[in-house]
Amino acid sequence: MRNALKHLSSKGKRGAWIAFVMLAIVLLALPFFTEELFGRGWVRIMDFALLYIMLALGLNIVVGYAGLLDLGYIAFFAVGAYCYALLGSPQLGLHLPFWIILPLGALLACLFGVLLGAPTLRLRGDYLAIVTLGFGEIIRIFLNNLNAPINITNGPQGISMIDPIRFGEFSLGNTHELLGLTFPSVHLHYYLFLFFTLLVIFISLRLEDSRIGRAWMAIREDEVAAEAMGINTRNIKLLAFAMGATFGGLAGGLFAGFQGFVSPESFGLTESISVLCMVVLGGMGNINGVLLGSMLLVVLPEALRHGSGPAQQLLFGKTLIDPESLRMLLFGLALITVMLWRPAGLWPSNQRRRELVAENDAAQL
Amino acid sequence: MTTPLELDINLLELSGVAKRFGGLSALSDISLHIRRGEIYGLIGPNGAGKTTLFNILTGLYQADSGRFTFNNMEYSGRCKPHVLAQAGIARTFQNIRLFANMTALENVMVGRHLRTSSGIWGALTRNATARAEEHAIVQHARALLSYVGIDRPHQTLAKNLSYGEQRRLEIARALATDPKLLALDEPAAGMNATETENLKELLLSIRASGITVLLIEHDVKFILGLCDRVAVLDYGKKIAEDVPEKIRCDPAVITAYLGTEPIIPAQAGIQS
Repeated sequence: MRNALKHLSSKGKRGAWIAFVMLAIVLLALPFFTEELFGRGWVRIMDFALLYIMLALGLNIVVGYAGLLDLGYIAFFAVGAYCYALLGSPQLGLHLPFWIILPLGALLACLFGVLLGAPTLRLRGDYLAIVTLGFGEIIRIFLNNLNAPINITNGPQGISMIDPIRFGEFSLGNTHELLGLTFPSVHLHYYLFLFFTLLVIFISLRLEDSRIGRAWMAIREDEVAAEAMGINTRNIKLLAFAMGATFGGLAGGLFAGFQGFVSPESFGLTESISVLCMVVLGGMGNINGVLLGSMLLVVLPEALRHGSGPAQQLLFGKTLIDPESLRMLLFGLALITVMLWRPAGLWPSNQRRRELVAENDAAQL
Repeated sequence: MTTPLELDINLLELSGVAKRFGGLSALSDISLHIRRGEIYGLIGPNGAGKTTLFNILTGLYQADSGRFTFNNMEYSGRCKPHVLAQAGIARTFQNIRLFANMTALENVMVGRHLRTSSGIWGALTRNATARAEEHAIVQHARALLSYVGIDRPHQTLAKNLSYGEQRRLEIARALATDPKLLALDEPAAGMNATETENLKELLLSIRASGITVLLIEHDVKFILGLCDRVAVLDYGKKIAEDVPEKIRCDPAVITAYLGTEPIIPAQAGIQS
């Protein structure tokens, strides 16, 4: 019996390994297939999808785990992006290396998270949402207006000619030949973003199933009870804000290096809302759900943009509605449908994880 | 650390505690003391200020005036709930406040939060210390769940437990904080006779393990049969504090509960 169980578990383990290796191969080969099938533009869209996944996972810590509604989350993305842009462009004449600016941007965003959190986290629910919304706008307006009297952010024109991400002499901005394969810039960025996305997923998974993660969820479920159980709610909420902001800042830095250009326009309220949509649509508090939500919300509008024109040609012989307007219409319709059918999100959080852990513990005893 | 000999016999002492809400005086000049290792009951008609007093003891409200000492430490000023939990006061709530979407086990594990210490670094690296701590938390939580008699799978979500189980889960969660004083706000409310009897046994066993218990109850029979000493509140004032036998025939208490005219049993029988 025991042997049979052992055999079964080793088989399970092997199965998991095979699945893992297959997934790795698919993820590594994905940009090449995508380019082959849909063109290089779609690899770029995938890069953006990865950035949004990082953002959504960061916001998931604040909204999904700790239950704090943050409507100004994109501000941390802006802080990371502008930190990278200012320290790695002709704007201030600074060209610090990538491996210094990126952590610095994440750290600065974290600091902003604490700065915003410290005075506002005493507020609850709607009030917190309003204050964070204000904060997001303040950051954007600052970026928009910090071009006079001293020109720091270059105002609405934004900062251009940002240094590409570079490891020594290896610049991600150029095409490289490696092992007989051609890696264009978008492919290289894909691999870099994939690495950071996996890192963020790993951190989220580890935090979720930990003392800190439980404290976040307790606050989400019932703040009064959590405090009565001895959780220092202010500090724990601040920690959630800081962690979320750090991920936002990280994604921001990568965005600036990838895009080569940042302007305040990229950091408006709509961006905050769409990241929030990704979290809510996918399933708050569940990493898989958030991944699904972000991918859908990046890919779906693009697919509609590219697909709705030809589809109309096919159906009616001519383009009746401008694909650009139709795309937002269909997109809104899709959102409403999902929220009606699956109010907890496409892939809601469940408690299977703890169950598995408990079984393992029982097996050890 | 103080040695047991230096310790006061009183675990908790209140003197002259008052609380006003606008023009309403919810509590005035409350003085009482709870001895170590006893079950102390707090009764009174609706609106007498029992829960207000309870919320002051657990940091949810701040008293306007008066002294509040617990375990030889002064907590009179502004004190947050988590500080008092740290000091060793754990509570349950009148209307159950569990973490509804977390499992029974996780609810109790949250109770261990303030007696454990691993932070972000421990969570990310899962080093030996963090793993050992996590393991200890799970073991402790399991033990507490079976101690309070929840024999359902520990993975059941708290909201899916029966009413009686939810009440007991709240007690388990409070016990997980290693309290010196366990404060229960109407734990027997809505329970049937068997459940109440089980609760009584549980509370006696908690006292036997050295934890002092403070109890608010409406069920006068339950409280008089269980408590070592009882205080009676009425209109925000303490009108009596004594052993149950004396409380039962205290004229002030009878007045507060039944009105001014003494009821003659024969007459009562005719009226009903």
